[in-house]
Amino acid sequence: MSCHAVARPEESTSVSAALRTVAVVGPPNSGKTTLFNRLTGLRQKVGNFPGVTVEHHRGFIKDGAGNEIALIDLPGVYSLTPKSEDEKVAVEVLLGKMAGIPKPDAVILVLNANNLGSHLVLAARVIALGLPTLVLLNMADELRALDGHIDVLALARQLGTPVALVSAVTGEGLFAVTNFLSSSAPAPEPLELPVVGSTRSTREWAVRVGEKASYRRPATPAWTHRLDSIFLHRYWGPVIFAIVVVAVFQTIFAVGQPLSNLMQGGLDRTGLYLGNHLPDGYFRSLLINGVWKGVGSVLVFLPQILLLFLVIGILEDSGYLARAAIIADKTMSHVGLNGKSFIPLLSAYACAVPAIMATRTIESKRDRIATILIAPFMTCSARLPVYTMVIAAFLPNRPLLGPFFGTRAAAMLSLYVLGFLMAVLTAKLLNSTVLRSKDTPFVLEMPPYRWPRPVSLGLRLVDRGKAFVYRAGTVIMLVSLLLWAATNFPMHNGQPPAVQDSVVGTIGHSIEPVIRPLGFDWKIGVGLLTSIAAREVIIATLGTLHGVDPESHAGDLQAALRQELAPAAAVALLIFFAFAMQCMSTIAVVRRETNGWKWPIIQFTYMTVVAYIAAYAAYHIAGRLIA
Amino acid sequence: MIFNFKFGRKPRQRRETNALSDLKVGERAIVGEMELAPSLAEHLMNLGLVPGFEVTVARACPGGDPRVYRVEGTEIAMRRDLSRHIHVHLLGAPAFGD
Repeated sequence: MSCHAVARPEESTSVSAALRTVAVVGPPNSGKTTLFNRLTGLRQKVGNFPGVTVEHHRGFIKDGAGNEIALIDLPGVYSLTPKSEDEKVAVEVLLGKMAGIPKPDAVILVLNANNLGSHLVLAARVIALGLPTLVLLNMADELRALDGHIDVLALARQLGTPVALVSAVTGEGLFAVTNFLSSSAPAPEPLELPVVGSTRSTREWAVRVGEKASYRRPATPAWTHRLDSIFLHRYWGPVIFAIVVVAVFQTIFAVGQPLSNLMQGGLDRTGLYLGNHLPDGYFRSLLINGVWKGVGSVLVFLPQILLLFLVIGILEDSGYLARAAIIADKTMSHVGLNGKSFIPLLSAYACAVPAIMATRTIESKRDRIATILIAPFMTCSARLPVYTMVIAAFLPNRPLLGPFFGTRAAAMLSLYVLGFLMAVLTAKLLNSTVLRSKDTPFVLEMPPYRWPRPVSLGLRLVDRGKAFVYRAGTVIMLVSLLLWAATNFPMHNGQPPAVQDSVVGTIGHSIEPVIRPLGFDWKIGVGLLTSIAAREVIIATLGTLHGVDPESHAGDLQAALRQELAPAAAVALLIFFAFAMQCMSTIAVVRRETNGWKWPIIQFTYMTVVAYIAAYAAYHIAGRLIA
Repeated sequence: MIFNFKFGRKPRQRRETNALSDLKVGERAIVGEMELAPSLAEHLMNLGLVPGFEVTVARACPGGDPRVYRVEGTEIAMRRDLSRHIHVHLLGAPAFGD
């Protein structure tokens, strides 16, 4: 079998320097991304196609003559009928209609050698576009190991394009790409068969082509069957699912949280150290309390994001994520979501930021947006300090069920439940209004089980980390600086003003009429504004406003709060925090993941309105009950 | 809360409607007409579920829905709300394994 040879229907040797942009196309599960990473390594950039949530990677590679060529990794598509957003993008790029991206000079089509029957359908459509095309049959190692067979030369003759059998994992056969890029590939001969008819006729053509190329599909590995009968077992399936879910949750909570705290501690100490070496004044304040704090509020998310993507990456690459998704599917379908939303929503209990980034494992755009919209209702860890302080200030702890479950624990638990219920309600609301699930039913391809590869996991972590720091980080940084300015202006004799006299204090005063119906005064108003940086910031702000250090004198701050707020208003404050989107980082990451301001604005407005109405109702109902 | 176990099944009606959802685990059939929106049928065909081609019910998830179907080259999971719109022609003896 000529595995290593590149089969060409006709030889052409003229070297072309005109080749500049090459598109990489292929169906999902064809190993296209692994191949792209293998070819370009870290020499790649992430970007979004204008106006859509679809992301693209652009990598760089040198041809034989040393000319730089841009490789564009298109989203994984099964066909080129522009129905989904991914397919639209792929078609537009291939036809040269995508703004900002030159028409590709050639196409590298990546197919899974183990599933040629289906994947040749895409080949017919791509080749019909008339661009010079190289067909790569990926996963050659698996094909051979599982007793499959393909006559590459015969297939090349059938398709009228060069064909090579490669393995992105081992690197086998990849010189075919360099060869292809170095020579000016001939335009494909029109196929004698009418391949671009209906999907069914194209599929039948694919079978005939496969037969002529003596294609023998490899057997499904036996251990995929064996593992499936455990992981999808009637009783063991759910048990293993529960164990995996608890493990994921524990990893982000018990490992990620301390790492984030460590990072925060390190950043704070560095800030102090730098501060001690700078002359007192505005410059120092801007640098330490503005810029450095801003950098800190971006970096503090990194450990959790990387950890979550590591865990999800292992689950995804091993093939278990698809199984977990179909086990969770039935439950999620009750709220109009699918099983793939489960793990992102679960991770939102630690932090909405990594959770929202994790929604990219959800193929359905509709379900992905719906999951992004409800994720911030899950009680994240930044709400805990606020809940703890307010509950401790107002609710005496009395045992309810044994010594470990008292009134305070009950209050905390009800806030968790409340957030969860609002998420369910919102999902149902979305399902019957703007995002109907009926329009995009749940179909999931089950990948075979494979060992996750550290290299591809690592590349993905670097990719996600960069995407967060550069794309979401800029917005977080900007808001941090704005908040710094709002608390440090106007100046008084070259000194920063007391908080109540600053811009943010003035705004806090001016929104008092709006928040008075909730039982809040201007101090709480200022706290609500500063907590947009991060929810727990309200504690520090209230501490400053009351002249109390919230860390060393927590009791004094609680006493001051009792003076300031009626008990009913405290309930309203808790409810407001349960529902409001008080978090610039979440807003920034939603903007980044949906590639626009539309969804974050809708979400922020919706959550604030819900929080306001619920807090208003809580204030009045609690007021009645307490009286 | 997380799972929906359904141990008792509804009494099965006589098997004359030959929808994909009516097949038992292990049964093989030839895909027939799909009563689905064209874009959706197209998507299923791209995944390998093509009229005239073979499909096997590979397994059911805990709770019975969704189920995993084996088509040439791959396996796909879908819910009953989809599979009951896909007509099939039952093929001989149940085939287990590959």
